[in-house]
Amino acid sequence: MSAPSENMPIAGSASHTRPLLLRHLPYFIGAAILVGLTATVQFDGYVHNILMQATTFAIAVFGLSVVLGLCGQINLAQAAFFGLGAYAVGLGTSDYHLSYWLCLAGGCIIALLAGALLGMSTLRLGGHYLAMVTISFQQIVTLVMINTIWLTHGPDGVPRIGRPDLFLSAQSYLAFCVAMLALVGYLVWHLPDTRLGRAMRAVRDNELAAGVVGIDVFRTKVSAFALSAVLGGLAGGLFAGGFAYVSPDQFSFAESVVFLTMSLLGGVASPIGSAIGTGLLILIPEWLRFLKSVPGLYLAIYGLSVILIIRYMPDGIWGFVNIATQRWRAKAKVHAAGLALLLKPATVGGNMVLQVKGLSKYFGGLKAVDDVDIEVRRGGVHALIGPNGSGKTTTLNVLSGLYQATAGKVVLDGTDVTDMPPHLRAAAGLGRTFQNIRLFRSMTALENVVIGAERPGNALIGQGGDALIKRAMSALGFVGLGARANELISSFSYGHQRLIEIARALAANPTLLLLDEPAAGLNSSEKKDLHELLRRIAAQGLTILIIDHDMTLVSEAAQHITVLNFGRRIADGESMEVLRHPDVITAYLGSD
Amino acid sequence: MDLALQLLFTGIGIGAVYALVALGFVLIFRATNVVNFAQGEFSMVAAYLMVVFAVDLGWPYWLSFLLALAGMALLGAIFNLGVYYPLRHRTFLPVIIATIGASILMSNSVLAIYGPQPQVLEGWFDTPGIQLGPVYLDSQYLLIIAVTVVLVIFNYWFFEHTMLGKKLQATSQDKEMASLLGISVSTMIMITFIYSAVLGGLAGILVAPVLFVSIQMGSTIALKAFAATIIGGFGDVAGAIIGGLALGIIETFGAAYISVPYKDGFAFLVLVAFLVFRPQGIFGERVAEKA
Repeated sequence: MSAPSENMPIAGSASHTRPLLLRHLPYFIGAAILVGLTATVQFDGYVHNILMQATTFAIAVFGLSVVLGLCGQINLAQAAFFGLGAYAVGLGTSDYHLSYWLCLAGGCIIALLAGALLGMSTLRLGGHYLAMVTISFQQIVTLVMINTIWLTHGPDGVPRIGRPDLFLSAQSYLAFCVAMLALVGYLVWHLPDTRLGRAMRAVRDNELAAGVVGIDVFRTKVSAFALSAVLGGLAGGLFAGGFAYVSPDQFSFAESVVFLTMSLLGGVASPIGSAIGTGLLILIPEWLRFLKSVPGLYLAIYGLSVILIIRYMPDGIWGFVNIATQRWRAKAKVHAAGLALLLKPATVGGNMVLQVKGLSKYFGGLKAVDDVDIEVRRGGVHALIGPNGSGKTTTLNVLSGLYQATAGKVVLDGTDVTDMPPHLRAAAGLGRTFQNIRLFRSMTALENVVIGAERPGNALIGQGGDALIKRAMSALGFVGLGARANELISSFSYGHQRLIEIARALAANPTLLLLDEPAAGLNSSEKKDLHELLRRIAAQGLTILIIDHDMTLVSEAAQHITVLNFGRRIADGESMEVLRHPDVITAYLGSD
Repeated sequence: MDLALQLLFTGIGIGAVYALVALGFVLIFRATNVVNFAQGEFSMVAAYLMVVFAVDLGWPYWLSFLLALAGMALLGAIFNLGVYYPLRHRTFLPVIIATIGASILMSNSVLAIYGPQPQVLEGWFDTPGIQLGPVYLDSQYLLIIAVTVVLVIFNYWFFEHTMLGKKLQATSQDKEMASLLGISVSTMIMITFIYSAVLGGLAGILVAPVLFVSIQMGSTIALKAFAATIIGGFGDVAGAIIGGLALGIIETFGAAYISVPYKDGFAFLVLVAFLVFRPQGIFGERVAEKA
């Protein structure tokens, strides 16, 4: 069990943890009662087997709720990971007479490694690759289980699997499994509120934005995938001990489908949903035993259910219940308004915060950005303007690492960031907003801004926990939305979403803020507010590089302007001087 | 050397089947940006339809063939209306999961009706094959290769030289613009699904006499075809065909020289190798999401 907890740093320092545990005491008391009951109440063998199966399957389905529900990545090989854990315990205890605990840990580690390797080979690519690769992996594991007879006994399976000395009786072993279920359930339940969990949700909602706010998207996905695999392995190990016999058909693709259906039916986003789905899909086939007499029939029904759930109940049973009972539940805790937002941009390099030399970006033969130099002076507002298609947004995308530069060099506050991925640039002090707003849409305004504040390298959040929330509240207060912190993104107007995106960037305390057409789509009074906001940001010494078409805004806010046309720099200098430059006038208005 | 030539022939034959299914994948992917995980089941269902018409009912082969293809066109339409179309505005993950659900539904429905026993379907020709020097040319493999060549040519002509083909291309490139130009996008997507189902079905009918007709044939073929699309370059028509042929050859040689039970594993190894070292495939280009 050591492996999954390594992946789950519980947020908060020691002083923060104590009240958290105290608040969750009812959960542990409930779990203890449940474990006590399973250890003492006598079940007949049939009920015992169903409980054993439900308990271990639920742990495997928790794994799916992490990878699919939290991180939005698909895993169609959960039965294979389950099988790796089961065979580790099975073969280890029966053939090699190793300690049960050693085998269980070994099974978890094997599943972890397999999951991490599989994830690392595929997760840089799109989701359908992952789906296919996990199906292939599932097939390979089944092939090996059936054909490597010297190791796995082939189709005969592994009999006489051992249990730990401590839990030799079937009942005490079941109680042990229930305790494990409670523990894993607790960790998975609280994962979304940890730093890793927030990163997973951010990746699920918007990968590009996640990278730009400083989240290592690839590592987050691999962590989610590996965590899901480990839970599969753990569940399989427990399962093997419970039933004392395993065979390859228990870990086939069909079982992966069963796990997936359990997860979707109950609600993929929450461990409670996982438990509901698992329970139902273990009990329903028991009640409808006659379905099992026709091979394929009950799986066909599962397939149909998957289609219907996806179409009519995408959040599963628990999601449905959640929405239905929303108004009776306690409102989320309202956080006190934060203190005035403090911006303390780092100063490492010299007078220039950003030095761009000879920057080019070609798409095939198209020179979107061609040999552009930009120097952004510390503490000022610098505007990058140009007609449509002049390469402004491409420049910004190269600067924030979304595109790889074809040539040139980008130095941010003394650090060469030319070859860095977006999250490392964020860590180096770069913040940005997007022309088409990219917020994490399934989260509240506060959560969005908290993720911004969590930027690696942000010195103003101390140990995290309360300081993080305070910082986020200050940033929301700074843009005037502190009172609506707990509302979901979808309930905000377009203009307010813009402000939340700016707050997300400000909470990170960046050294340089890139604003990509912040005034686009705003009405005139919103524009005035934006101008006022920019003034307040600049007043705290934060350097801004802004792209916009609104010449009034640009000429009033910026001290320095760089003009692009057809990917080349055509003018650069003090604002008024540049706006009078004949080439700039020609580029915007045409010539006679 | 003789063995190698023989294997090459068999590899190309089996690879042609993967290429046909891969082509169906690519067409749907280009039209809808969705990978249809039930593509392989189209092949499986078509093969079973052939068993029903030609073996169980004893109808003439050509009639059964036409009926099976008509059945596939119907299935493609139902698939579109029942699985893809209601989810067309959702993100790709729900759509993928729904097509996986459909794949499970199709294969297990057939299992429930027909039972797990593999079925035998005779080939089209009575003559089993001809000896050409050291190589024995199996007639069914010859047919598969010939049909694939004809289809690839037809496909090229259809998409480049007919109005309908051009409308389909326009739809796959930019749905909004296509609909502004008066193209009915939903009709085009419907046609794509029907065409892909027929292509997949054709592959299944052709390969059925070589393999057994079984429940698993769909998922096996789908995995290979998907690997073929990645090897060739995702979303690329020529890539799908080259990738399919390459995979068929690699697999046949692997089975002969390395290991038979792990034959189905080679596709996976090749797939992972490509994902790690050349994820854009042989012909593909890396595409980045626009910010």
